[in-house]
Amino acid sequence: MIIEALIAVTFLAALVTFVLPDRYAGKAAFALSLVPVVGSLFMWQQYDASGNALLGGTAAFETDVVWLQLGQYDLHWMVGVDGISMPLIVLTTILSTLAIVSAWTPIAERQSQFFGLMLFMEANLLGVFTALDFFVWFIFWEAVLVPMYFLIGVWGGPRRKYAAIKFFVYTNIASLVMFIGFISLVFGLGDSISSLRLPEIAQALQAGQLGGFAGLSAGALASVAFIAMFFGFAVKVPVAPLHTWLPDAHVEAPTPVSVMLAGVLLKMGTYALLRFNFTMLPETARSFALPIALLAVASVIYGALLALAQQDLKRIVAYSSVSSMGYVILGLIAYTTYGVGGATFQMVAHGLISGLMFMAVGVIYNTTHTRMVTDMSGMADRMPVTAGIFVAGAFGYMGLPLMAGFAAEFFIFKGAFESTVMEAMPLFTGAAMFGIVIVAGYLLFAMQRTLFGPFKFDGDYEITKAPFHDVAPLAVLLLLTIVLGVSPDIFFTMIQDAVNPILELGGAF
Amino acid sequence: MTLLQTVPEWTATAPAIVLAVTGLVLLLIDTIDPDTSSNGVLAGTATLGSLTAGGIAGWFLTQGTGMESTGGAITLYGDALVVDGMSLFFTLIFTSVAAMVSVASYDYLAGRRYQGEFYSLVLFATTGMTLMAMSNSLATVFVSLELASLPSYALVAFLKKNRGSIEAGLKYFLIGALSSAVFAFGISLVFAVTGSLLLPDIAANLSVGSDLVGVLGLGVLMIAGGFAFKTASVPFHFWAPEAYEGAPAPVSAFLSSASKAAGFAVAFRVFTVAFPLGTVTTLSGGSVDWSLLFAVLAVVTMTLGNFAAATQENVKRMLAYSSIGHAGYALIGLAAITVDGGVANGDVLGASMAHLLVYGFMNTGAFLFIAMVEKWGIGRTFADYNGIASKAPIAATAMTVFMFSLAGLPPFGGFVSKYALFYSAIESGFWWLAAVGAVNSALSLFYYSRVVKAMWIEEPSKSLEIGSQPVGLYVAIIFAAVGTVLLLPGFQPVIETAQTVAAALF
Repeated sequence: MIIEALIAVTFLAALVTFVLPDRYAGKAAFALSLVPVVGSLFMWQQYDASGNALLGGTAAFETDVVWLQLGQYDLHWMVGVDGISMPLIVLTTILSTLAIVSAWTPIAERQSQFFGLMLFMEANLLGVFTALDFFVWFIFWEAVLVPMYFLIGVWGGPRRKYAAIKFFVYTNIASLVMFIGFISLVFGLGDSISSLRLPEIAQALQAGQLGGFAGLSAGALASVAFIAMFFGFAVKVPVAPLHTWLPDAHVEAPTPVSVMLAGVLLKMGTYALLRFNFTMLPETARSFALPIALLAVASVIYGALLALAQQDLKRIVAYSSVSSMGYVILGLIAYTTYGVGGATFQMVAHGLISGLMFMAVGVIYNTTHTRMVTDMSGMADRMPVTAGIFVAGAFGYMGLPLMAGFAAEFFIFKGAFESTVMEAMPLFTGAAMFGIVIVAGYLLFAMQRTLFGPFKFDGDYEITKAPFHDVAPLAVLLLLTIVLGVSPDIFFTMIQDAVNPILELGGAF
Repeated sequence: MTLLQTVPEWTATAPAIVLAVTGLVLLLIDTIDPDTSSNGVLAGTATLGSLTAGGIAGWFLTQGTGMESTGGAITLYGDALVVDGMSLFFTLIFTSVAAMVSVASYDYLAGRRYQGEFYSLVLFATTGMTLMAMSNSLATVFVSLELASLPSYALVAFLKKNRGSIEAGLKYFLIGALSSAVFAFGISLVFAVTGSLLLPDIAANLSVGSDLVGVLGLGVLMIAGGFAFKTASVPFHFWAPEAYEGAPAPVSAFLSSASKAAGFAVAFRVFTVAFPLGTVTTLSGGSVDWSLLFAVLAVVTMTLGNFAAATQENVKRMLAYSSIGHAGYALIGLAAITVDGGVANGDVLGASMAHLLVYGFMNTGAFLFIAMVEKWGIGRTFADYNGIASKAPIAATAMTVFMFSLAGLPPFGGFVSKYALFYSAIESGFWWLAAVGAVNSALSLFYYSRVVKAMWIEEPSKSLEIGSQPVGLYVAIIFAAVGTVLLLPGFQPVIETAQTVAAALF
């Protein structure tokens, strides 16, 4: 019942915060959000799952009760946690709390609604990462969009309406396509399943129960479903060329929302790709290895090049997410322990580091009211702590050893080189590695021009040190990044344990 | 022996009796001292009466009154009325809507004349709806339909000094009278063919065989027209936008939720009991395949309703058209009934009933929010709704819940009820009907989210003043919102009951 309690407490916290007067909302939201943090850490401490929850493993804290009996397929309330979801749950709770703290300064109006929505989103995110029934999972998946729409649309920058609607339309259409893809799989399985529980579906697919449907053969149906689901999730990730909603959403969203968007929401896409496409349809995935690897490399290089071309610090970080998430796709398609495990590890690492970078940009913006690289120079003189953390975060992004980003990228590249999915995989890996160079390029470029050199600022604001509560979340994130980099085994062993059953499928990998 | 088996059978009509008596008591209260404004007492009495009736219906439902577990449907008065699970289920919908409308009217009517009459008209109309759901004879169908309609005409025209209201009332009345005539003529044709008005007898006489299939077909078509009027379905829908827009908003809520559900209640019973598909499609002289008729009506109704709603600038009118769209979804319940080897599958009918229950909450809530906005005197266009959330966040949150739920977005009741409806249609082999419904549903998100966008994201164009905080309206709206949300996790008992009672019809 601990998962239900976690979700329920977060929903309740959202409700309480929503009706509180604005004055108390920020502090109350922070205090209340500590409960899920403690809860998720307690879960982690009590964690006793083994294997992959979808492939016959034991999920921790599992609940499985029939919720809705409707025709042939029962809908179950099924939640559980395995080695893939556990790190993401810890990431979600911690990052939510830090994002809430980082919202104290920039959010000046309608605070109770803002913080209520943040907690509401957190609750739904926890649901996404724990649900093991498609229907329940889909409800949470879609429900995340609703608070995000408001958070961008109400508290965002000048073009917030456009960005909010674009985000909503893109991701909603993507969800519909994905839904159709998944449901066609269900119809193809026919009588071999009695519910929409993901383990049941995954195992029925593994057992070769997929039949034809609507004139399509089983193989064609699997391909169509794979493409539809891949499209749906790729928009969320986002994979180039489906990424165009992301820079708009990021630039217009207030800092804490960008943190959640980059830190957790993008992971919904890769998490779902891993759970659905790469776990349920490994054969099909392998047959699409070439186009997927191409997309991954394109995301890495194109995203990085776009970041290189930006003058807006936030846009730089936003495009760099496209690049980093490209690594995740590359790791997934490698189909090796290090590849898929590294991809999962990168989800957490990127969550921490991109959160850190967005917050750092946010802190600079709170003081200077500008994000343009051309408007400032030598900021390190006036805000040394923020600048220091910014530099450290950038190093993490570039993959400096002993930081989480290094471990993640190392795992992914190792796994991708070992991959036997296709002949040309080392070639793609090499091309993707070139992305690191560009990342180093644009980050060093941005830092050198904004933070260092003689102090110069085109604006009327006085540049002062950031308040403690702005910098503290940055410090926590930096600390976590280093801890995860020094000791990746905190998560990597449990990830490997959950990933290996995926790789054993078919034995060919 | 349970209590229900020791009391006389007519007590099964207790919900209808309570509603009728409450209506009379309201008139009595108003008569005692017509000059003082005892709005609170009147609203309280009306709400209490509705809740009591609803409570009794709910209790009957859990006790199995009129259902197979306690010996099957209870027929009364020469089989003219029947109390079974379906009639109780629909009574639950009518009474919850009536209760919400009564609570909300407390504020809406403040300072207006004829308050006692308003509440008693609502209660009498609800009585008529309850009787519609219980009708087992075309004669009682007709009479109870009129009992539900006549108070509605007066309610629509309730704002005597408002031209829109008067016009709406007149239009509603004229089209209502016309469709009543059509309906009555249809009944007479069916009587001519089958020699009976009792629904089960009609079916029995049809199965014997008849040469007058053409006349029967015409009769069925005309009866379907009568229902199309009551449920605001194409082609008898065009009164709805005018009437819903012109009527006082609580009345719009009442008509578009309860009255529509009543139309469906009686349509479901008449078509499944009197004209069972297995019989009417295999008549000696031809076939009267009304499921095809309803499939066409469903597609046309939902598409027309949704497209028209998408082009509106007036929120109340948009909701009126969207209400037509929802009639289209509910029609899937009749369209997708299948007869497989002589056994009809009514799962989709049950899903349609469950959707109507959820709809009762979300649509009533949406119209009551409009009642609140009308009370604040803000205006009716989307632009007038700009920035409401900054002044009234709780009410705007509730409205957001209604809008997203009506659009079928998780995590609200409308999502799961639409899913159940479309899923059941696919299961019956009507996947194209479900596909049209799903596309329409996706389209509807466009105009529903416009309201949400206006309330939360747009800046108010002019200074937005919100006067009072109407308690009754708030209570009703929050009740509806909580109901809409809770119907997602709590959908199992609803769909289970609905499908069980629907199956009992066949």
